[in-house]
Amino acid sequence: MSFSPLQLCLFFSSALFCVGLIGALSRSNTILVLLGVELMLNAANLNFIAFWRYGPNPAAGTGVIFVLFAIAVAAAEAAVGLALVIAIYRHQKNIRLQDAVRLKG
Amino acid sequence: MNLSVHYLWLIPALPLLAAGLGAVTPRSGRRLAAGAAIAAMALSFLLSVGALLTALQDPSAHLTSNFAWFDLGSGALRLGWLLDPLTALMCVMVTFVGLLIFIFSTGYMHEDANYKQFFCFLSLFAAAMLGLLVANSLLLLFICWELVGLASYLLIGFWFHKPSAAAAAKKAFITTRIGDLGLLLGMLWLYDATGSLLFYDGGQGVLEAGALASLVASTTVGGLAVSTAIALLIFCGAVGKSGQFPLHVWLPDAMEGPTPVSALIHAATMVAAGVFLVARVYPLMMIDQGFAAAPLHALTVVAFIGAITALLGALIAVGQNDIKRVLAFSTVSQLGYMMLALGVGSWVAAIFHLLTHAFFKALLFLGAGSVIHAAHHEQDIRQLGGLRGPLRVTFVTFAIGMMALAGVPFLFSGFWSKEAILHAAHGWEVSPLPFYAGLAAVILTAFYMTRLVLEVFFGAPRSPAAAHAHENPPTMTVPLILLAVGAVFLGFLGTPWWPWLQHTLDPSFHSEPGGAGLMVLSIVLVAIGLGSGWALYARPLRATAAAADPLARAVPGVFAALAAKLGFDELYAATVGRLNTALAAGADALDRHLWDGLVRFLARFGEFTGIVTRETDEGILNDGFNATSESLRTTGKAYAKAQSGDAHGYLRVIALGFVIIVLAVLLGGGR
Repeated sequence: MSFSPLQLCLFFSSALFCVGLIGALSRSNTILVLLGVELMLNAANLNFIAFWRYGPNPAAGTGVIFVLFAIAVAAAEAAVGLALVIAIYRHQKNIRLQDAVRLKG
Repeated sequence: MNLSVHYLWLIPALPLLAAGLGAVTPRSGRRLAAGAAIAAMALSFLLSVGALLTALQDPSAHLTSNFAWFDLGSGALRLGWLLDPLTALMCVMVTFVGLLIFIFSTGYMHEDANYKQFFCFLSLFAAAMLGLLVANSLLLLFICWELVGLASYLLIGFWFHKPSAAAAAKKAFITTRIGDLGLLLGMLWLYDATGSLLFYDGGQGVLEAGALASLVASTTVGGLAVSTAIALLIFCGAVGKSGQFPLHVWLPDAMEGPTPVSALIHAATMVAAGVFLVARVYPLMMIDQGFAAAPLHALTVVAFIGAITALLGALIAVGQNDIKRVLAFSTVSQLGYMMLALGVGSWVAAIFHLLTHAFFKALLFLGAGSVIHAAHHEQDIRQLGGLRGPLRVTFVTFAIGMMALAGVPFLFSGFWSKEAILHAAHGWEVSPLPFYAGLAAVILTAFYMTRLVLEVFFGAPRSPAAAHAHENPPTMTVPLILLAVGAVFLGFLGTPWWPWLQHTLDPSFHSEPGGAGLMVLSIVLVAIGLGSGWALYARPLRATAAAADPLARAVPGVFAALAAKLGFDELYAATVGRLNTALAAGADALDRHLWDGLVRFLARFGEFTGIVTRETDEGILNDGFNATSESLRTTGKAYAKAQSGDAHGYLRVIALGFVIIVLAVLLGGGR
């Protein structure tokens, strides 16, 4: 049973996604949850790159540009997420995600 | 130092500024308020002299400076300033007399707690009065006219804690308002008929030939020329303001105000505004003279009203015991003289008398103020007496004022101006009656002034207050001396041999011959008045305050009637007052029974409708809404449960959803 390079990449990104998902679901530390989310995001980025690289038109450079945008947005999102973490810490003196339930409607 | 007509507004503006300054000064700023008022008045006096010099360059010219106040439709409402000898002379008189009275007030009002307010009001009055004089528009004149009325109200009621003062202020305001209604109507009619209210406007003004010709050519009810009707309506305003019969009742009551106020407003200046008004619109008043067919000439009414007032005021003055009320009725009488002069066609004589009267009546009032101040606010002449010794300056100046008012020949100004009026009345073709009324008033004037001086200054003091009187400080005596000088020398400006004043006011004036015989008659009448006064009141002099008046002993009924002011107050209370009360009672009953019932019915109806609406609302509409709201709330609660606030929970749901999608894709066999 042999796999094409694209299939290998997709396996790898699937694994990465699962690691991220399990981390985000199982951790109670908000920063680690954010790390998990970032892992999932990067799995998606890897898929973009893979489909571009092994796709019909690898010369156009569209995949790279798309991923660069996604990383920039992810950086902004991480900044917002960390600011939220600090705000949560100020209120409850810890960053346990299970405790941060006061914003529910 | 001529003053251009374009800067004429400075004359009223300066006192207005002082009034504003006085209004914002704290209560303790006594010196500041009084100083500002006096300084403004002094500057205005200098400016008025400058204006007079300008006006004298060409006495027949009417210099104007008009401007648009605001636009009204396609036209503009225009106001303006007017400078002619009449305005200039009046301004000089008002500012000079006003200045002296302001200075006198610093002494007279010294102990008053509301000192600075007093000067604020005085300045406001001066500003309004000067504005009235320089106005070139009947509207501007009317505005200032009402403002002097307001200042007069404030100052009569200055001691408002006295109920009599408050009542007198109201009486003055309301009585003059009756006349002002006439003035307002006349003004509106004039605007309707001519489309302008400017007096002089380069041929377009209401006092110029074009407008006058159109006014006199059209007639209204009863064949009366429109100009006559308008003139009579304007004259109503003058009747109210100048205390003419039948609206004279407010003026004596106005004596409740502080004495400087009586001197300035209710003797020298404001009450003369009515005379000034008639003199100002004189072309309008006399234009109907040329039409013999007219049923009534405006000036005829003016002459008779003036004659009645002159005689009536002099009669009532004989029976008064309050020093200020004697002078007040004397003012009424003298204003009647001025109206008489206007009515018989000699407006220059009226203004001449106005100017001399301003001086000697201000002098008499300030003298009375000096007496009252020295005698601890005792105003009853029966309680005074013997003040000749302690109040030497006051006595001498008061005597000069008294002789000027009585018309003692040759040396005193009142003689010349009164002579001019009698001369004019003698030559009036319509009726000799005003002339005889004037002659009778001459005797009476000399008589009551003799009585006043004898009672106040001669004999022995008849009360402790009079016994302890002593002369006032120079701030009060110096104005008396200056006014006395004016009361003597002002007459020489208008003698039959050198009628400078008459020529200045009216360049077409020419003195008529035949004055010598009249002058002799007048001298004889004055002598009769003085002599009978002396005979009745000097021999013997009054011994005690309680002793009956000699005239009351001789003719008790007449004296009682005079003392009761011939019952005008009672008459008005019984007629106008009672009518008013009856109307008010009728309106009250109407209100209580008819309108009130109607209103109650409407209220009941409204209440009933309200109940019906409420029942409908609660029973029918609300239930439907409630049911909808309830179901919305239940659904909302169910959905709200999903939002737990637990981020992990959300993530799990997302993961679960993701798994389901993946499974669906795999089991569904791809796309």
